[in-house]
Amino acid sequence: MTDRLDLDGASWTGISPKYKWPEMVSYALSGLVVAALSALTWLAGEWWGYALTAVIVVVTILVVAFTPRRVRAIGYQLRDDDLLVRRGILFLRFVAVPYGRMQLIDVNRGPVVRALGLSDLKFVTAAAASAVTIPGVPADDAERLRDRLVELAESRRAGL
Amino acid sequence: MSWTPGGDFTPPKDFRAQEPAPPSSTDFTDGEWHRLHPATPLLKGGIVFVVILGIFINNAREQLIGFFIPGPDGNRGGRGDDGDPVGYAVGHGLIGFVVLGIVALLVIIIAIFYVSWRVNTFRVTADTVEVRSGILFRTNRRARLDRIQGINIERRLLARIFGAAKLEISQAGHDANVPLAYLRSASADAVRSEILRRASGTREAEKGEPGQHQGTGVIEKRLNEFLAEPLGEGQTEPQSVVKMHPGRLVGSAILSPFTLFLAAVIAAVIISIATTGQYVLLVVFFPTILGSFSYYSRRVVKSLRYSIASTRDGIRIGWGLLSTSNETLPPGRIHSIRLSQPLAWRPFGWWEVKINVASHSSAKGADNQANTTILPVGSADDVTRVLGLVLPELVGLTAADVAAEDALARGETTADEVAAGSPQRAVEESTRTLSLIEAGMTSSGTEGGFTVSPRRAAVLRWFSWRRNGFREAPGAVLLRKGAIWRELIVVPLPRLQSVGVRQGPILRRLRLASLEFHTVQGPITANVGALDQGDARDFFSKAAADAVSAAKADRTHRWLETQVAPGAGEPQADDATAFPAPDASTRLGDDR
Repeated sequence: MTDRLDLDGASWTGISPKYKWPEMVSYALSGLVVAALSALTWLAGEWWGYALTAVIVVVTILVVAFTPRRVRAIGYQLRDDDLLVRRGILFLRFVAVPYGRMQLIDVNRGPVVRALGLSDLKFVTAAAASAVTIPGVPADDAERLRDRLVELAESRRAGL
Repeated sequence: MSWTPGGDFTPPKDFRAQEPAPPSSTDFTDGEWHRLHPATPLLKGGIVFVVILGIFINNAREQLIGFFIPGPDGNRGGRGDDGDPVGYAVGHGLIGFVVLGIVALLVIIIAIFYVSWRVNTFRVTADTVEVRSGILFRTNRRARLDRIQGINIERRLLARIFGAAKLEISQAGHDANVPLAYLRSASADAVRSEILRRASGTREAEKGEPGQHQGTGVIEKRLNEFLAEPLGEGQTEPQSVVKMHPGRLVGSAILSPFTLFLAAVIAAVIISIATTGQYVLLVVFFPTILGSFSYYSRRVVKSLRYSIASTRDGIRIGWGLLSTSNETLPPGRIHSIRLSQPLAWRPFGWWEVKINVASHSSAKGADNQANTTILPVGSADDVTRVLGLVLPELVGLTAADVAAEDALARGETTADEVAAGSPQRAVEESTRTLSLIEAGMTSSGTEGGFTVSPRRAAVLRWFSWRRNGFREAPGAVLLRKGAIWRELIVVPLPRLQSVGVRQGPILRRLRLASLEFHTVQGPITANVGALDQGDARDFFSKAAADAVSAAKADRTHRWLETQVAPGAGEPQADDATAFPAPDASTRLGDDR
């Protein structure tokens, strides 16, 4: 797809490629669980029970196979006055959040993510629909990024 | 019992330079702790108490009558076993214990109510409002005045009888409101206007003469009122700019989408009875009819005395017939506006206007949801008038400030000129936005300057692809949608939280994308889909940049603080050159 939607003059900072591992593992595991559940339909002895499981397995394999690309597609950019975040390859999404609109910033570290020395950043604005997250940022970078963003938000403080 | 405890009483400060207000209305905001209306316990929990008393009196009626007016048959305590508890007690000589027990219970209840009333105090200081309450579990809530999202005064029927009103200060967030229940009705209005005056950031010393600037159009009047008049409310009751016609209200309720749903249910029931000969579905049918009747009556009764008026501290919207509520929304507290017109309303040209706000008073709206409607039904002229009240502070001032900053940066004007011309420019900018909104209400295609979906989007927007579009306006983004159910969404840039653009696999094949404008949660979701991806991308970048500059220029959290001195309202001819004049002649509605 050559005519992918992209923004002019954007220089994206990618997240850590290591983030593909927790993603792939979790997709593979949940795919396995669903496939195992679908195996119950084999008891019906009909052909569609096997077909269902086959479809689930194929979809899981595809999702896992595309995970590294999807992780590469996640990027962010600190512009002068706002944070720009990009995610997705099939379902593409760009969000621009002005620094002054950030109400709080979370740094989350799950067990697997922490073992890889990564952190997930989550930004909360007054609008629930904003839903801006940057997963898989190296822990030191995450702390620095958070402090930088809090500082930027403070200097551009606005109301709701 | 004295209304204000004697010890706390201090002479009212002279907040109103021209006319000293009566002590009962001003002394609540002197920074000291005050108690609420003495009838509060009765109004809060008292209704249950009254019911119990009513049942008791009803049961004891005969005995009481017999006690005070001995009848000819002298019927006192003859019948003991007819199941009447009072008769039983009297018949078995237990009347003394029962009376004692009831009196003791009453005393305890009254004591608890009295103590809870005693400890429930509030104070309004220069920056905060604080409420203390609770006997065992003490709570103390303090709210910043510049974060107020709205103040609602609710007068329920029972409270109205006692001349009391509930004042509720809305703050953004879940369960973040500060209720003052109950105040004396007149004091509630005074407390509200005083709180809003302090929240606005005006200082007493800055107050000028009451406004002599009466413009001609709604917007000019509104803005002059907003800028120049220090005592906009309280002096005279503001006039509603929209008059609700009962016929239109009933018609709009009957022609609402709910009626379609009801008709579908009735049709389903009739068909099922005709085909199966079974009457089981009638069990579902009758509750639906009853429920819908209450829906219609609530919708009509609630909106019958709807009013919307401008005050210096924002717009004021009133609802209700017997139980009334009356909410003031300060400037810049509206996060998006939606004009919508269902198909059945189109022959009559009716529109509904809803808003997203960051907080909700506990008073329910006409549909028993949180109250987010600012015009339940109105003609296009009514919409113009309502928007004329809302837009100046929402988009006009910010747009004017952004434009002025640009001009300053280019060195085209001086700071003094900017300050002097600001109100005039705000009027111009909001007039432009209003004319663009009017143009967008019923138009389609590129008419009105909208960027619409390309031809290839007709696969996804069968009827509306010519209408589905967006455009920028001074200080706002306009989204125009729907050919059958017309909608126009106005997102004020200074309130925009973030901007997004999305593209899924189907949109990608068609080289389309959808735009989303994120605001606080409410009935409105400001999205527009199926746009050309190039258009969407460009507008995304533009909106993101504009949102930043608008947020920077926005100053509505202290909406009067940096205002220019009164007298600057006159138009300045040389300033008009730097800023585009309104590009269309606009109906401003009459200035009622």
